[in-house]
Amino acid sequence: MTRHLYVHLPFCAHRCGYCDFVTAVGRQEQHGPYVDALLSELDLERSLLAPTLETVFLGGGTPTFTEPHALERLLTSLPRADEVTVEANPETVTQELARMLRSHGVNRVSLGVQSFRPHLLSVLDRVVHPDTVRRAFYHLRDAGFDNISFDLIYGIPGQSAADLETDLADALELGPEHLSCYELEAKPGTRFTHAHGDELARQADSMETYFEAVVERLTEDGYRWYETANFCRGGDRDLRSRHNLAYWLGLDYLGLGVGAVSTFAGRRWRNAPGLSRYLQALAKGERPERELEQLSVEVQQQERVMLGLRLDEPLVLGELAGVLDRDALLRLERLGLVESDARTLALTQRGRFLGGGVTADLLA
Amino acid sequence: MAQHRIRNFSIIAHIDHGKSTLADRILELTHAVADRDMRAQVLDSMDLERERGITIKAQAVRVEWKGHQLNLIDTPGHVDFTYEVSRSLQACEGALLVVDAAQGIQAQTLANAYLAIENNLEIVPVVNKIDLPQADPDAAAAEVADLIGDDPSHVLRISAKTGQGVEDVLDAIIERVPPPSGDPDAPARALIFDSSYDQYRGVVAFVRVVHGRFSAREPLRAMALGTRFEAEELGFFAPDRRETGMLEAGEVGYVITGLKDVSRLRVGDTITSEKRPASQPLPGYKDVKPMVFSGLFPTDSDDYPELRDALERLKLNDAALFYEPETSQALGFGFRCGFLGLLHMEIVRERLEREFDLDLIVTAPNVAYRVKPPNGDWVEVHTPSDMPNEIEEVEEPYIKASIIVPKEYVGAVMELNNERRGRFDHMEYLSEARVHLTYELPLAEIVLDYYDALKSRTRGYASFDYDIIGFRPGKLVRVDVLVGGEPVDALSLVIHRDSAYDRGRLLVERLREEIPRQHFDVAIQAAIGSRVIARETVKARRKDVLAKCYGGDISRKRKLLEKQKKGKKRMKQVGMVEVPQEAFLAVLNLNDEKKSS
Repeated sequence: MTRHLYVHLPFCAHRCGYCDFVTAVGRQEQHGPYVDALLSELDLERSLLAPTLETVFLGGGTPTFTEPHALERLLTSLPRADEVTVEANPETVTQELARMLRSHGVNRVSLGVQSFRPHLLSVLDRVVHPDTVRRAFYHLRDAGFDNISFDLIYGIPGQSAADLETDLADALELGPEHLSCYELEAKPGTRFTHAHGDELARQADSMETYFEAVVERLTEDGYRWYETANFCRGGDRDLRSRHNLAYWLGLDYLGLGVGAVSTFAGRRWRNAPGLSRYLQALAKGERPERELEQLSVEVQQQERVMLGLRLDEPLVLGELAGVLDRDALLRLERLGLVESDARTLALTQRGRFLGGGVTADLLA
Repeated sequence: MAQHRIRNFSIIAHIDHGKSTLADRILELTHAVADRDMRAQVLDSMDLERERGITIKAQAVRVEWKGHQLNLIDTPGHVDFTYEVSRSLQACEGALLVVDAAQGIQAQTLANAYLAIENNLEIVPVVNKIDLPQADPDAAAAEVADLIGDDPSHVLRISAKTGQGVEDVLDAIIERVPPPSGDPDAPARALIFDSSYDQYRGVVAFVRVVHGRFSAREPLRAMALGTRFEAEELGFFAPDRRETGMLEAGEVGYVITGLKDVSRLRVGDTITSEKRPASQPLPGYKDVKPMVFSGLFPTDSDDYPELRDALERLKLNDAALFYEPETSQALGFGFRCGFLGLLHMEIVRERLEREFDLDLIVTAPNVAYRVKPPNGDWVEVHTPSDMPNEIEEVEEPYIKASIIVPKEYVGAVMELNNERRGRFDHMEYLSEARVHLTYELPLAEIVLDYYDALKSRTRGYASFDYDIIGFRPGKLVRVDVLVGGEPVDALSLVIHRDSAYDRGRLLVERLREEIPRQHFDVAIQAAIGSRVIARETVKARRKDVLAKCYGGDISRKRKLLEKQKKGKKRMKQVGMVEVPQEAFLAVLNLNDEKKSS
């Protein structure tokens, strides 16, 4: 049984050009039925869940764009957990919403800030004013949230090194407990790549140092770089995202909702991405259409290496040693990119910047 | 059939002058192929040939015309295959010399016509494509007649495309080409002019019976190698296989040998009967030595045995192909292969990849060198990295190049040949407008891209052929390439001392573009001995991460990682550095760079 639950809420006010998640624009009339469907999927899978949960994560889409009564009904019906996170877009966070979330057991909010620079936000199709971000942050604080995370994106077309520096400074001024900093990925086939792909390719060289700049600035400010793209404030409290840690440590999790992924006992399944078929199936009390993947022991071990090396704590090898390429390991050690003793494996500081390639080498 | 009713002939033509179309027309006219079965260009059986519009392997087809048996022996039409042409010609008494009415004689026509004349073949001159608006049949006929010392009125004028005049061609073959004159009662002797391998029937030899007769089930022997076998089946192609049980003096056909070991029956050998063997083999084909060499390595080292088998198979059909095992520090186990020329190399590579499904790294080609170390004996070197550091003397192969070009491009051709260390030999006017130039050039200067350069500087008008004329001394040095401090044997090259610096610099520049950034700085150096003559650096990467990794969507990330891993597998590890296969071809493009700079 698993102690980690993910719930996908696909609705958004509009679709951002760079996004390739399963989302549905508007459709207010479907929010209620969708919550019904989620709850009946929960019923169908309840036997997979442990009696007490460690984490619940509501991701999207824009969970906080969901019609408030429907959202409230969902929160009331979900199992309790030590960490309950909701993703929110700043423009949806009102005083009332913040209070509602807080009163229904949500204790962590991940705020999709992306940037504080208006010209960069408009490149991302984000219709938000930087001050709205600040207001949302304080609404959450006022409602009693002491664990707030910001999503920031860097490598936006037209973003200068100074823009990045200012974005980081603006974020740090608010002092969130946690930051996720992602490089913008121009995924093939998205509207965004069509519009900005060439420009991004041109900027690739000059943006190469942005990742280092992000890590440098945040760690200087006392944040712990605990995962490739994630930072939490240091100190007595462990402010790492416990839900995401479950993924990175290779633990099982149950995902509910359209397009959601679950991994359980060596099997991984993904619900089909079509919203209406998801609703139809669950209205009849049936499981939605799923894509099933059987994970061999070797694949599971490879994934644990791939994910475990993203963390700042050494990977405990044990049976994982079998999937590593010994020659590559020695070569990477000599290059000062990994450190290993008989029991553990970790990337060095420089190794973490090159983590993708290093992991590919190790697993080759 | 009685020998006086047999005619054996080939068609000599420049590429696209209509050889295959004429062959098709002949098959149609003689009803060898029903119209509905007619695929365009029946003789070019391999896909590759059809795509390239050239014929690689000789094949023979028998047709009937006015009570006579005509054997058409197909010949390859490209500069690299002079040797194969010579083998096919030796099986004939006559040849159709086909010239395009609009383009006139081309360099290859010239070379092959001389080859036919040397073999005492009766030449039947034909001007083709007289239906084209830009045709000038009189001018073409005059050129051809002048070449073979015949009267222009003897030159046949046809359109293979429309069929006009093709019957006259068949009549002329019967009238002008002499019949075979072997002794039907003498001990049997047949010349193998080509062969193929059938996975069920073994080696199939294409033969021209010169003396005596052969019957099915008869014990036979290949005289040069002493291989014994039985004629499992005898027959001819029309163009489908027709079993006859017998082949007689003067005839052309096939022998199914059942031999499984492809190395035991060499093209060029003479087959005789075991019971009543001939005392002497037929005058053998010239043993052509490959002059262009290149390393062939399987991308995946597990494929080495497959590559070896494939080369063995190709060798059966391709007497000119040479190969021996080679071990490269950078590329692992493979073969050093010898070819007649670049096209030959390209065809072998494509056949290996297409017919045998192999993924190959082909190193830049080089020529054979003769080297004398101090106080040592002359040795032949086929690999630049084998070139000793201490050299007293070194020789490289030279060619005599024959180039036909409209007169306005003579200057451009001379300029190109001067850049390529050429020495002017001779120039003559074929007509008022067209000039025949001959040059002596080091073979090394043409193996890379000479033909392309010639074509581009003459707007495609030049035609080119060459003959190897022997080895000559050269001021040559070996340039080594070091990647991350490690010498990469597969990238060494031997070049003229005067261009060593330029080429070395271009090579490291090109490599810098080809070698992806790694987790550390990579120095790329070119050196002569211990002296570095050029250097570039591939700067280390500073960032290489899959950015986002959450939302439970782990499979997608894993697939990205697997893609990255796969990309790495295609790289070759040189010391600590991952070098992509394309880098090993960087040497090939050096001349392009020179042109544009």
